[in-house]
Amino acid sequence: MTAQTYDVAIIGAGVVGCAVFRELSLNGIACVLLERSADILDGASKGNSAILHTGFDAPPGSLEVRLMQAGRARYLADRARLGLPMLETDAVLVAWSQAEVAKLPAILDKAIRNGVTGAARLDLGALHRRVPQLSSDAMAALQVPGEHIIDPWSSPLAYVLQAMALGGVVVRQFAVAAARREGGVWHLSAGTRSVTARTVINCAGNYGDLVEALARPSPFRIRPRKGQFVVFDKTAARHVPTIILPVPTERTKGVVICPTIFGNVLVGPTAEDQDHRSDASVDRAALQSLMDQAARMVPVLAAEPVTATYAGLRPASERADYIIEAQVPDRWITVAGIRSTGLTAALGIAEHVRDLMADHFQPLARVDNPPWPVMPNLAEHLPRDHQRAGRGDLVCLCELVTRDEIAAALSGPLPAGNLGGIKRRTRALLGRCQGFNCLAAVCALAEGRLAEPPPMPEVRSAG
Amino acid sequence: MPDDLRDLVIVGGGPAGLTAAVEAQRKGLRVTVLEREAQAGGAPRHCGHLGFGMLDMGRFWRGPRYAAALRDRAQGIDLRCGHAVTDLRAGGRVAVSGPQGPYELQGRRVLLAMGIRETPRSAQLIPGNRPFGILTTGALQRFVYLQGRLPCRNPVIIGTEIIGFSAILTLRHMGARPVLLLDEAQRVQSAPLIALGARLVFGVRALAGVTIEAISGEQVVEGVTYTHGGAQHSVACDGVIFSGRWLPEAFLARQHTIGVNPATQGPSVTADFRTSDPQIFAAGNVLRSVRNSGQCALEGRRVARVIAGDLGRGA
Repeated sequence: MTAQTYDVAIIGAGVVGCAVFRELSLNGIACVLLERSADILDGASKGNSAILHTGFDAPPGSLEVRLMQAGRARYLADRARLGLPMLETDAVLVAWSQAEVAKLPAILDKAIRNGVTGAARLDLGALHRRVPQLSSDAMAALQVPGEHIIDPWSSPLAYVLQAMALGGVVVRQFAVAAARREGGVWHLSAGTRSVTARTVINCAGNYGDLVEALARPSPFRIRPRKGQFVVFDKTAARHVPTIILPVPTERTKGVVICPTIFGNVLVGPTAEDQDHRSDASVDRAALQSLMDQAARMVPVLAAEPVTATYAGLRPASERADYIIEAQVPDRWITVAGIRSTGLTAALGIAEHVRDLMADHFQPLARVDNPPWPVMPNLAEHLPRDHQRAGRGDLVCLCELVTRDEIAAALSGPLPAGNLGGIKRRTRALLGRCQGFNCLAAVCALAEGRLAEPPPMPEVRSAG
Repeated sequence: MPDDLRDLVIVGGGPAGLTAAVEAQRKGLRVTVLEREAQAGGAPRHCGHLGFGMLDMGRFWRGPRYAAALRDRAQGIDLRCGHAVTDLRAGGRVAVSGPQGPYELQGRRVLLAMGIRETPRSAQLIPGNRPFGILTTGALQRFVYLQGRLPCRNPVIIGTEIIGFSAILTLRHMGARPVLLLDEAQRVQSAPLIALGARLVFGVRALAGVTIEAISGEQVVEGVTYTHGGAQHSVACDGVIFSGRWLPEAFLARQHTIGVNPATQGPSVTADFRTSDPQIFAAGNVLRSVRNSGQCALEGRRVARVIAGDLGRGA
């Protein structure tokens, strides 16, 4: 499709691929970002809990905790210039049984070993002052400063837009089906199209092992871990002023109750291992269980209406830690098994990959004074477009999304490629009515503008 | 009267709100109606079937015609479309997001007339995937009657209230037909004659007492799996229409101390439409599950008279 041979082809435009794309572009490396879907963030990255973690409970000494903390630091350093919002909520970790209380000292010890020195016991009086609606069944708690809520979609979109402003190229609807290395150059093909690059970086998320197998027998296997979530309507937000964490088990962080940057309350995730790469179905028992758990922890949530339900698929491998390694002779970098912490770690992973590039493949040429695209604000606590004088009509009435915002999402360097892309760029369709009011209007505004239009039947002349 | 002060601020420009506005203005009150959509008229604007206007106008119209008549009668009212109320504050102050920026109005009285919408799939915890083609009847009607488009051709309709059968007519208007009506309730919610008619006239069966097991499909809906009478069945379809299960659009009341009644999910009111806040009234479908638009309009007229009486303009 193009004669250009890129320095690097990144496979997968999830949050990790987007961050790698940006970091390499900031260092003078000519990149192409390849994405199987019609839009970025259409796999694992579309459904996470949107928490910027401190890494307090990650395995000490792991690559994961190191990159989470590097990623968090970079996020805090760069977010303002990209116009990315943050809710500085902190977190409380609550023990609900004696067995859980007994685990708190070890959690605190781990936090301190991970350098999260602000974590401390929180007495029950202070806990209930922080979360007045918390159930009186709480037995003990820790306070974890620095756990924050971010916009999970504007952030990686900002990374991509900055890379594109530096000359990076994004190719969507490009599901790499074959990879062949000839004359020192990788040829990646999808159907009749192909892209050539000197180095390949596999950031394929839930398809990571399948993409790896295009180059070598994959030494790891991805089994997506499904996490179902329930989103409560915005009236629930007053009851949940901070992130409420459970005592984690061996396997998962457990069910979290947290505010979202969009003004809702999120409860989840479940943790269900599966083989299917894209089946993000929800089931009634799991959703009901999430609601029951939420109501046990914060009883007033029992009366709050549900806005949305969804499931995310986290790319879990059989290994405990992230898999990030350079296959030097092949000029291939593997970035795999990035589970639920990927949103936090993405910018740290990107720096790590940048260093692997420099160590093995290509010298860096840091760009001075790069452009900083500023993202339109979608956060509920900051001024939004509907508050602008001269804003015109509202399209989405629940989330107060303007016609101009929909138009902006459909234009610019990386217009939305599908309805999901419009949702993630504007919040349209994500509100309590779930499209009762605006689905038809959004589809009409998007008509002829999407690479993957909503699959509506052709209309015969009405008769 | 200061520029931001009104005798009555009405939230919602549907049958209840517009009718209340006309009556209140006739009683001499200074009224403003705030409607978040670009056009007033409420849900009847996208209800293409007949039967509107019988109670309040003595007519037998389709919804859009009735909505136009409501708008005609409201000429001379300060009707502000594209103005969304974002918060009800103390003392009758109403926070508005308007096309020229946020502002506040103060109503000596405030009337909540936000109407109703259908419960979407998510809030019913219906299992399965989330492909394109899952929508409410309201969204279907907007596709058909406002856009001239069809989001799916052969959907399963979930819900057997009368609106479910109305969805059949909406689809038929575009030459499409549902494959089946399903309801998780134990019996069909509409009159048996309607269900019989749907079956005889349109060949669409209605089954009650089912459990929806899954919606399938990745890009677009491909089928619905359900259990009925102990057996599991799958039906191919290209959409799922969630119909009925009406829910008051009562976010503003939930946010305010007046709250909602758990039984109706709308604000609690006395027989003369008073909420627990002496300045705030509510009428029309925001109070509870769906009534027809004529009843809502009559409630609007009655509440306007109560409010006028409160303000010494009862005559």
